Amino acid sequence: MRTALASVVALTLCVGVAQADTITPEDVMFDYGEVAQSLTGTPGDAANGIKVMTNRGLGNCIACHQVTALEEYPYHGEVGPSLDGAGDRWTPEQLRGIVANAKEMFPDSIMPSFYKRSGYIRVGDAFTGKAPANESDITTLLTAQEIEDVVAFLVTLKD
Amino acid sequence: MRKAALHVAAGVLTLAAAAPALAGENDPLIINGQIEITTRTAAPAHLDGHLSEIRSGWTFRTDETQVMQMDDFDNPAMIYVDAATDAWNTVEGSADKSCASCHEGPESLAGFRATTPKWNAEAGAVWTQEMYVNNCRTERMGAEAWDWNGQDMRNMTALLASVSRGMPVNVAIDGPAAETWEKGREMYYTRFGQLELSCANCHEDNYDNLIRADHLSQGQINAFPAYRLKDTNLVSVHNRFRGCIRDTRAATFAVGSPEFIALELYVASRGNGLSVEGPSVRN
Repeated sequence: MRTALASVVALTLCVGVAQADTITPEDVMFDYGEVAQSLTGTPGDAANGIKVMTNRGLGNCIACHQVTALEEYPYHGEVGPSLDGAGDRWTPEQLRGIVANAKEMFPDSIMPSFYKRSGYIRVGDAFTGKAPANESDITTLLTAQEIEDVVAFLVTLKD
Repeated sequence: MRKAALHVAAGVLTLAAAAPALAGENDPLIINGQIEITTRTAAPAHLDGHLSEIRSGWTFRTDETQVMQMDDFDNPAMIYVDAATDAWNTVEGSADKSCASCHEGPESLAGFRATTPKWNAEAGAVWTQEMYVNNCRTERMGAEAWDWNGQDMRNMTALLASVSRGMPVNVAIDGPAAETWEKGREMYYTRFGQLELSCANCHEDNYDNLIRADHLSQGQINAFPAYRLKDTNLVSVHNRFRGCIRDTRAATFAVGSPEFIALELYVASRGNGLSVEGPSVRN
């Protein structure tokens, strides 16, 4: 009950700062892992998507995925599949769903859920190792727009 | 002094015997040209086929890092073993005793590292090396307990590991330890933190893969304490656990906590059959 109340407060706060048409993590509609609707209504910026994918403090996608188009950014991991050709293999809606919460499509995936902010076991305050002062202060790993930006880049990855 | 002379002798022998001092992931680890270390072996039955082969973290490291562990002269952790040897012989506390007063040389505890954590019937709990050491200090020596993760304790665990090097890890998981072991196993497969990562996600499902520039190992602890080049010091098992769980963006557990004692027993058991290898060198 207290958690629900806190969520309502958090939601209200978010709506206050974010654009009115940004979809909150709790309201994202997954359909077999796909998300049809843009999370923000603002078209993604592929150039910023690259930044999100390569920056350790943001998505750091290349920590696990090899991407030939991002070769200039060193050290690509091997934990996830290569993303070469991802724009051929997946629709934008599928890519949005996978980036937002891959576990909707692949329940056992190791991939973190980038647009989620609750339902964790011992969630911490970022990398401090400490519990957050208030669990409802936890923010998503990426913002809604950053997800759209990553998707905008991924759709360009054609074989 | 005698130790230094031995090191020199060992160094000369190694130079004479070994041709190029390079190692690959399939090469054997022989320390000082004489202590044979099992770095790859069949997984113990209690892993239920999750791994077919268990591998020491040594097999995942670069040639340069591997070589540092092949000769105590090159192993930067050995200065801490020497410091612990001094501490071993130092009388401390109200009982006017040193470790040596009861145990004679540290070699008398060969095998101890290989079988800890273990059930302590008197205490009615699973105890790690640190708990045994501190029990000696407070109950037998009348000395102050050491900080679990302090330098003195890490040094002593390095000494205790060093006298067991080459012996197979063989921690008991049945009988009274079973409950703690089960708790540790559950933790191993729990996806902690905002990144929702379990130990198994990286160290069982993805060992040998790169995660960014890091080569994932099986997370074995047979080689602890480890001298980490990035820390330029010994790292305890629990401190490594604490860091790993912190890196999942979780509220981590404390060094010396019941959770980490359970996890240590479980993770140690995953290495049953590998050799005790500490103090090791890792990146």
